Amino acid sequence: MEPLLLYPDPPPPELAQALDLGGYPWKAVAGESDIERLEPEDGWAGAVICADSNPEGAFAVCRAVRKRDIPLEPLLMLVSGAQLGDLELRDDLFDDFCLSPFHPRELEARLKHLFWRTGTGTRPELIEYGDLILNLETYQAAVGGTPLDLTYMEYELLKFLASHPGKVFTRETLLSRVWGYEYYGGARTVDVHVRRLRAKLGEEHANLIQTVRSVGYRFGQSRWGL
Amino acid sequence: MAGMERQQDYVLRTVEERGVRLIRLWFTDVLGQLKSVAISPAELENAFEEGMHFDGSAIDGFSRVQESDVLARPEANTFELLPWGRGEDVSARMFCDILNHDGSPFEGDPRQVLKRNLDRAHDRGFSFMVAPEMEFFYFAGGDPKQPLVPLDTGSYFDLTTADVASNLRKRTLQVLEAMGIPVEYSFHEDAPSQHEIDLRYTDALSMADNVMTFRLVVREIAAEHGAYATFMPKPLGGVQGSGMHTHVSLFEGDTNAFHAPDDEYGMSKVGRGFIAGVLRHAPELTAITNQLVNSYKRLIAGYEAPTFVTWARNNRSALVRIPVTKAGKQSSTRIEYRSPDPACNPYLAYSVILAAGLRGIEEGYELPPEASANVFEMTPEERAAEGITSLPQSLSEALDVMESSELVAEALGEHIFEWFLRNKRAEWFDYKSQVTQFELDRYLPNI
Repeated sequence: MEPLLLYPDPPPPELAQALDLGGYPWKAVAGESDIERLEPEDGWAGAVICADSNPEGAFAVCRAVRKRDIPLEPLLMLVSGAQLGDLELRDDLFDDFCLSPFHPRELEARLKHLFWRTGTGTRPELIEYGDLILNLETYQAAVGGTPLDLTYMEYELLKFLASHPGKVFTRETLLSRVWGYEYYGGARTVDVHVRRLRAKLGEEHANLIQTVRSVGYRFGQSRWGL
Repeated sequence: MAGMERQQDYVLRTVEERGVRLIRLWFTDVLGQLKSVAISPAELENAFEEGMHFDGSAIDGFSRVQESDVLARPEANTFELLPWGRGEDVSARMFCDILNHDGSPFEGDPRQVLKRNLDRAHDRGFSFMVAPEMEFFYFAGGDPKQPLVPLDTGSYFDLTTADVASNLRKRTLQVLEAMGIPVEYSFHEDAPSQHEIDLRYTDALSMADNVMTFRLVVREIAAEHGAYATFMPKPLGGVQGSGMHTHVSLFEGDTNAFHAPDDEYGMSKVGRGFIAGVLRHAPELTAITNQLVNSYKRLIAGYEAPTFVTWARNNRSALVRIPVTKAGKQSSTRIEYRSPDPACNPYLAYSVILAAGLRGIEEGYELPPEASANVFEMTPEERAAEGITSLPQSLSEALDVMESSELVAEALGEHIFEWFLRNKRAEWFDYKSQVTQFELDRYLPNI
């Protein structure tokens, strides 16, 4: 899927983490002027606007995306308990809201429901990131419409990474989360499989998996836009 | 095991989704020949659950007196679509473990011999990583019985773009990468029509599988182009033979266990012990790493092949070399074992190299001094004074040394150890009973 619009920039770390874990790609905007400038080619998939640090700025961004010819939806607001009153008479600016500090599972459930209602974005059995599509039901992966011939472990590694775009994983974490059992190769196995995955993704898409020096690997863009 | 079921499910779904018509179950005989049993998708589930029965008596090293039926059980995590013959005829392969009827590992299965040795290393916290340099020759025409015609006359690092051989190599690299076998370097070797493809390191089991796949891919692609490829160690007299220099290292988790930044050779105690072990037992391993009569025609002076049991940093005639590692690339600390040739059985070769290295670590063998550059110029007495021994000069000699090796017997297991010796003695006898052109030319007119 295309990235969600996030406000503010940088977004609260717990929000970014919840979205990464939920498999939602995102891009943060600092204000109205960023909305069009940073917009992905196929448009924003939706928006999560956090109002608790700068309510004025947050509502300005909401207005900007909702006053377009085709209003951006779904849009989820995050507000503190004290801000609940601010939502009055602004029902047109958002589709749902969630109290901040939020519970990650609640946030994920609300987003899932919003996407189901608006019929856009994620189908639960698909992971999409740019040209890459993974079908979790059939275990098939394709890039730019061409199927990838992956071994089971290559597929599992790609699935894990693509489910958490922007997040950096150490080799040990990947080994325990993806392999999950004793393996002859040890932690170096991860490097070997990343090298193989990149080769199979092809030159154009090899950089989907980035090496983060002396840490590990990251799928897609950095969470902090670095 | 839930993980196993998911892997098998992955294979079953992929076979269905991609319209795979034929699944090739691969395994390796004791001599290192790739064997294949093809099954249809309908049989796949059963193969996972029970294994496929077959009569092993026709397969080298599999025959036993009492019973000859064995089971091939495919390993789902080795499932790979074969990149040739696409379209109508999509096929895939999986490597198999060979089991006895009661489900126990079959003693004649080289792949499980390697697994057993890797488990032993693993118990000590080590992962064994391997990267081979594969050398081979291309010859024109499809018939090895015709006189040998090299595909080109290039030499080391020549960029012979117009050559069929270069296209061949390029296409081979594409297929290897598509099959998940990453290539580090590839270039034209010294001899006419000789090529080298260096594979990127991985764990020894995956690498042995890769070597089996590699030899098939190189031959298949050559055949597609009306040529043939050979891994025979010394197909042409007077030029270099084909080796399989093998870079090895041990890892403890994420850390290279050979690396020691403050050591003069950059080698840790583990690394030194490993080298010492490999050196001390090298003659015993040689029948496994160089298993043909022809292998010993490569191991002669003058062609950058090792003949003496020595180690060095920059001497390419040494048996063990410590390659220079680039600053900041500690993980690439490794040793290069230079005697193996590409006709060996990689599962068995990696097993005995690992066993010798581990023995050196466990017993705390001392690393002998580095060889001076002029080992070849020394007299036999001078070499003896420095304690420099020779590698076996012939298959027969190698078998004699191997037969007395408790280390090799333990690494291979009794079944393969005994079968191998018997089979290779027979090969040596066949060879000895030939009267060669060399003898006719040399003796007939004068004696």
